[in-house]
Amino acid sequence: MIYLDNAGTTRLDDQVLDKMMPYLKEEYGNASSLHTMGQRAKEVLDDARERVARCINAKAKEIYFTSGGSESDNQAIISACRLGERKGKKHIITSKIEHHAVLHTLEKLEKQGFAVTYLDVYEDGIVKVEDLKKAIREDTCLVTIMFANNEIGTIQPITEIGKVCREKGVLFHTDAVQAVGHILVDVEKMNIDLLSMAAHKFHGPKGVGALYAKSNVLLSNLIEGGAQERGKRGGTENVAGAVGLAVALENAVADIDKVAQHEIALRDKLIKALLQIPHSALNGDKENRLPNNVNICFEGIEGESLLLLLDDAGICASSGSACTSGSLDPSHVLLAIGRPHEVAHGSLRLTLSKHTTEEEINKTIEIIPGVVELLRKMSPVWDQLQKGARKHVI
Amino acid sequence: MLYSKEVMDHFRNPRNVGEIENADGIGEVGNAKCGDIMRMYIKVENNIITDCKFMTFGCGSAIATSSMATELIKGKPVEEAVKITNKAVVDALGGLPAHKLHCSVLAEEAVKAAVKDYYDKNGIAYDQEKYKQGTWGHDHN
Repeated sequence: MIYLDNAGTTRLDDQVLDKMMPYLKEEYGNASSLHTMGQRAKEVLDDARERVARCINAKAKEIYFTSGGSESDNQAIISACRLGERKGKKHIITSKIEHHAVLHTLEKLEKQGFAVTYLDVYEDGIVKVEDLKKAIREDTCLVTIMFANNEIGTIQPITEIGKVCREKGVLFHTDAVQAVGHILVDVEKMNIDLLSMAAHKFHGPKGVGALYAKSNVLLSNLIEGGAQERGKRGGTENVAGAVGLAVALENAVADIDKVAQHEIALRDKLIKALLQIPHSALNGDKENRLPNNVNICFEGIEGESLLLLLDDAGICASSGSACTSGSLDPSHVLLAIGRPHEVAHGSLRLTLSKHTTEEEINKTIEIIPGVVELLRKMSPVWDQLQKGARKHVI
Repeated sequence: MLYSKEVMDHFRNPRNVGEIENADGIGEVGNAKCGDIMRMYIKVENNIITDCKFMTFGCGSAIATSSMATELIKGKPVEEAVKITNKAVVDALGGLPAHKLHCSVLAEEAVKAAVKDYYDKNGIAYDQEKYKQGTWGHDHN
């Protein structure tokens, strides 16, 4: 199998699992217990918190362990809105290409009387800071803009956005699930107030993530219960998960340049080769994108059938077609960068990791053109395009 | 696995793909905006569908149901072929996931559209109401 769905999830590192194992087996104490085993677990948890904080230049008390990226996004946004609400501020700014964990939370808040401005991302998939400046109002309580996009990999101008928000006194949350562990994040330098991350996106375990909340930002609970996570998230702490997150993040940060270099070389080779296929186009900016992200549209074919055939050929990939999203519409991200529906249905996302080899990329480059051709041969849309009955758009 | 063995077989090795030159009826349903278009060609001799081919832009189940539909109507009298239901196609494929049933409706409609075209071209009378596009289940417009 050639695994090219690392934006979906990554392989847990053996060394990370090794470091987690003691806390799944013999060191099973509850970190809230007073006895020795409990207190040992608490020390390990505190240590993990400290290490995660260091990786993003935060303080340990600003890190809250959660179940993952979606929970962190939910809690960050809801907390900022509850704070805003108290001051009569009920306006939120976001982008059109956020993850559903953000968009659906915002939809819920809209029903509760919040107003949301969705910033355009243009063809390159990047928010314009000027647009943000214009969108900020007296009653804006939160700006939530993702660090890097999960589908097209575009990296947003986070430092500039953070600066604008700080100047205007508006809280800034960033969904950094795809960025943390892949590009350097410094919450101080970038003026980030709230940040979400998930361990399984950088070779850590699934089911654990973290929310960074600057010390002056009061969180609201999503989960009521005991006094865990400084009273902001009830539930017995996932000690092994927290250790896994910390170890995986430290490893990722230590190797960040080396891995990025490796991925960028392979990514660019893959992009170049796939763009040789007629009527294909890269989605998202070529430069400002994650080192491991390739996202290409092929005209005249549909993504799910492409994925199934690639799977048969031993390649694990992903697509933004409606059929893969379980809805009638293709990816909101591809529509936001201006791809027409019929083209957005034919998108292919390939996301690399440190484990991806040149041989795998070569094999992928060998396989994809044939699969695209096969599907185009049976496509009435491609037939129309060939006969001039339909206009090419890419 | 998302799909049954039969669905995957018809998806991987679709039967009757392609076009028929000088087809007696051609039907095209669905739209590219929604991610699925099916085009069906039929050849009719002595009121029997002697050949049938399809072209489909769509997901795995759209391709598999097109393929199965062509198999089911080949060799059948026109009026029998046109009675084919999406349920018959789905059953022949050993079922489809609930959210994919939608795609199977397309196959039924493509057959209907091809037959309607055949009737129109040959001046054969039929119940206009039964062939009105808006009454078809897979109408996204």
